[in-house]
Amino acid sequence: MAETTGTVTPDAASMAGEDGFRRRDFIHIAAVSAAGVGGVVTLLPLVSQMSPSRDVLAASTTEVDVSAIEPGQAIKAEFRKQPLFVRRLTPTEIDEANAVDVASLRDPASLIERTKDGHHDMLVTMGICTHLGCVPLGAAEGENKGDYGGYFCPCHGSHYDTAGRIRKGPAPANLVVPDYEFTSDSVIRVG
Amino acid sequence: MSFAWARQYEPQNAFMKWMDERLPLPRLVYNAVGAGYPVPRNLNYMWNFGVLAGFFLVVQIITGVILAMHYAANQTVAFATVEHIMRNVNWGWLMRYAHANGASFFFIVVYLHIFRGFFYSSYKAPREMIWLLGVVIFLLMMATAFMGYVLPWGQMSFWGAQVITGLFGAIPLVGENLQIWILGGYAPDNAALNRFFSLHFLLPFVIAAVVILHVWALHIPGSSNPTGVEVKSESDTVPFHPYYTAKDGFGLGVVLIFFAIMVFFAPNALGHPDNYIEANPLSTPALIVPEWYFYPFYAILRAFTFDFILPAKLWGVLAMFASILVWFFLPWLDKGAVRSGHYRPLFRKFFWFGLIPCMAALFYLGGAHAEEPYIMLSQFATAYYFLHFLVILPIISSIEKPEPLPYSITDAVLGGKAATEA
Repeated sequence: MAETTGTVTPDAASMAGEDGFRRRDFIHIAAVSAAGVGGVVTLLPLVSQMSPSRDVLAASTTEVDVSAIEPGQAIKAEFRKQPLFVRRLTPTEIDEANAVDVASLRDPASLIERTKDGHHDMLVTMGICTHLGCVPLGAAEGENKGDYGGYFCPCHGSHYDTAGRIRKGPAPANLVVPDYEFTSDSVIRVG
Repeated sequence: MSFAWARQYEPQNAFMKWMDERLPLPRLVYNAVGAGYPVPRNLNYMWNFGVLAGFFLVVQIITGVILAMHYAANQTVAFATVEHIMRNVNWGWLMRYAHANGASFFFIVVYLHIFRGFFYSSYKAPREMIWLLGVVIFLLMMATAFMGYVLPWGQMSFWGAQVITGLFGAIPLVGENLQIWILGGYAPDNAALNRFFSLHFLLPFVIAAVVILHVWALHIPGSSNPTGVEVKSESDTVPFHPYYTAKDGFGLGVVLIFFAIMVFFAPNALGHPDNYIEANPLSTPALIVPEWYFYPFYAILRAFTFDFILPAKLWGVLAMFASILVWFFLPWLDKGAVRSGHYRPLFRKFFWFGLIPCMAALFYLGGAHAEEPYIMLSQFATAYYFLHFLVILPIISSIEKPEPLPYSITDAVLGGKAATEA
């Protein structure tokens, strides 16, 4: 190509130094790298704007006063726009839950593990069936509590026991126990 | 590209000539869907559904843009603005019913279009790219339809969003965070409603763009035909206009009669009454089901009820996505050289007595309660569905002895008739 007439464009080989690199190679790599890094960094806000906004995150903690719940009663609260079941178990219900061989369960867990020390009669679970996300019955008075006296999901017939553990039906796991703590004897803070 | 004998565009007057030299858009249309596109002369009515699908895409975009003028994607008022459209907006009821039923008709004609492709093996070389783009269009349609159904913010909208985004939650490790990212919260709420509206507005135009690629890819080899024999000479083809504009026009008239019947006399027949109850995160409808056009895939999702290495729920999600992704591999799973089902005796039997009843069963089961015997039947139908594409089709297409093909399309049209008359 060096034989062509007119202005001769130096080819890569003639521009290269003794080490085989051109000065311009550095500019090419630096420019493309900077553009690449810049492009990726620009993606961050585009992706991250989809994540929960500050007001949604701010509502991600809920305090519930549990003092008025009598043994055998339950209340439905709202946590992160989802139903939360808070239930004070009767001694009979606690005995029923403890009488089960934990190893025989689909999702093995004991009532002790699923409740807080000093408050083993207070069962706090999400009111969301682990199958397809329906809201189980059993928290309100007169609702069907299922074959095991806990909760019953009407969508596809999952039965939960008095510790909120899956006992029968298609759900794969126990009702989820969210992160929570007792801020006093009468109030729990969830989330 | 086109056949050598394709008619050439000639501007009819000075203005069109001026135009043609600067922006040859009329020439493009002439070559794409006008007299400049030679089409096999033997297409039957199953070849109407591509044009009909395009028609319903246009219906959806026009009615959708109009609805967006009166709708507000805010969780506090979304449900009310839909009722506002129904009661206050001039002709609002017509726009909404046309849009809701238009979605159903879009899916009806697209399903028929896809099954035309199955029977006549339209996906085979050299038309693989048309088929692949078609599957992409179908996936985009599903995403668009799902997000559109969330917008009225009724009970089925809310719980459908909960269940479908929950599918992503089943993915190991990243699933839960992925679901929260998709929703912009811990449950479907204002953030989810807003982004679904934004994407529901965007995706139809993406579909339109892929449709252009789909048609472009179609014009490289030209349309397939019921014999599956490629075009050999000019006598095998007729110009798209006026022959198929007329035939498609007739088909469109027939479909519009059914569309009008649904819009004017049974506008809610394909919907769910629960969606006229405003979304309530604390109460679940007794039966959560998607719109009818998702039933087969919902049946496959729910067919997995037992853990096997992976949790049952994840199997269901994987199977549901795989049931459509398997279509991408169809051009290579079907090994037969002959295209048309008319000349493939074994293939034909498995199509009519295997795949079709299987799909019909899945359609029925997806809308049924998840209890016996429906679960077991779903499992059988799901197993057969995958068996058909992954085992039966490769085997029968390898061992099958096809019936003799006509020499050409012209022979099939004229010679065949002459032979039976003789």
